[in-house]
Amino acid sequence: MDAPSLNQTPLNSVHRRAGGRMVDFGGWDMPVQYPLGTVEEHMRTRTHAGLFDVSHMGEFEVRGPGAIPFINRLCSNDVTKLVDGQAHYSALTTPRGTVVDDLLVYRFNSEHLLLVVNASTTGKDWDWIKSHHADEDVKLTNRSPDFCQLALQGPDALGILQQLTATPLEEIKYYHFREGEVDGVPAIISRTGYTGEDGFEVYAASDKAEQLWERILETGKHDTPQGVTPCGLAARNTLRLEAAMALYGHEIDEETTLLEANLGWITKLNKGYFTGREALAKQKEEGIRRKLVGFEVTERGIARDGQDVYVNGAQVGQVTSGSPAPYLKKNIGLAYVPVEFASAGQEIQIDVRGRKVGAQIVATPFYKRERAAK
Amino acid sequence: MSNIPEDLHYSKDHEWIRVEGDVGTIGITAYAQGKLVDIVFVELPRVGETFEAHQMFGTVESVKATSEVYIPVSGEIVEINETLPDDTEKFKTDPYGEAWMIKVRMKDAGEVNALLSAAEYEDFIKSLPE
Repeated sequence: MDAPSLNQTPLNSVHRRAGGRMVDFGGWDMPVQYPLGTVEEHMRTRTHAGLFDVSHMGEFEVRGPGAIPFINRLCSNDVTKLVDGQAHYSALTTPRGTVVDDLLVYRFNSEHLLLVVNASTTGKDWDWIKSHHADEDVKLTNRSPDFCQLALQGPDALGILQQLTATPLEEIKYYHFREGEVDGVPAIISRTGYTGEDGFEVYAASDKAEQLWERILETGKHDTPQGVTPCGLAARNTLRLEAAMALYGHEIDEETTLLEANLGWITKLNKGYFTGREALAKQKEEGIRRKLVGFEVTERGIARDGQDVYVNGAQVGQVTSGSPAPYLKKNIGLAYVPVEFASAGQEIQIDVRGRKVGAQIVATPFYKRERAAK
Repeated sequence: MSNIPEDLHYSKDHEWIRVEGDVGTIGITAYAQGKLVDIVFVELPRVGETFEAHQMFGTVESVKATSEVYIPVSGEIVEINETLPDDTEKFKTDPYGEAWMIKVRMKDAGEVNALLSAAEYEDFIKSLPE
């Protein structure tokens, strides 16, 4: 099915050749799964390694002496706490404390940041940031078309990538990055990800995407049962859901506040002014009324996005993401419910196409990898 | 091309039916299974329920999505494959045998004539976009 109006990453033809099933994902023509299937892609990432094309994500460069103060006014996390070579998770907030987008902020030096934003919101984010931009000492550049981004995730990720780079990967701490080369290609090597596994996100020039993709698969012995596998968006979604990471447009959007979404840890109310700080401080003071929670389905059935949540026969909330969890072998989900029903152990029901299916609120994340003792 | 047994009838919704007397055994085709890849759950109707042809009688779910399954003929459910929800691998290994979903006592055996033959179904799926 040709869809010429959709955006394409530099790996589009590679995905098609590999039998990726292509879908429209927020205006991008992306592989939802490869012939191996979502379950196997998911399991391989948990047990060995998975490779994801995330080149559709947006990258904005922020340079100049005013870069840090400028971004600190727009984002909820405290950019002044970053050191060179460090990144953090943050959010662009509205004056109501709701979420324009979630993003990663990379600090190269005190006058150079890189923001990595969601694909489907790149245009909106760019307009939002530009509309707040009045400082002559801040230079903004939308670099999205220039970069490809490949995510190599899983316990074998480090071993595979190390064969392709002289950068000592073991030395890069979680949420830190280095500039180096991968297979001779200049790259930003970042120890970050969206799967709940150890792994790396590699940013490089778009025209090197195919070379890097093929070399990583080859080095990771992708044609063997213990090798790396290319993964589609469906596995990316189930992996992040097991790790209870928010997905923009599902758990967070311009109607949900950071505090409701359990993102208090990136909401630095004491750092000084930022957009939405006042609303968030007030909400913290008064207390939130609804909260994002994780649940496990306890009866037969699979909860899906958008289904209603019931307590004692009354509709009280909605599922934001629901799916079978391939590694945990349970049916899980995230939902907003009133705080009085948000405690672990609370019994709820999900309306699965007219049938009320029992579920129970549980602590998140659903999945947490075992970290090797240091 | 997909595996399409000669002795069955097919619907454009990718169900198959095997007719024995006035009872039809119904499942989904290898093509449908291939499109879904990982079937992880199935919802079946209860014995005794009645359906008109082309009504939804159940769902099959992959990790990613829920797909509705439509009954190709009218009738009453006389048996369901109760082991199937716990062993959805059968959709992959034996789509026309062990992965049968329901048995229905047909109200009008003539409805089968409106369904596709194996050759017609093969032509039909070839005409579908990739």
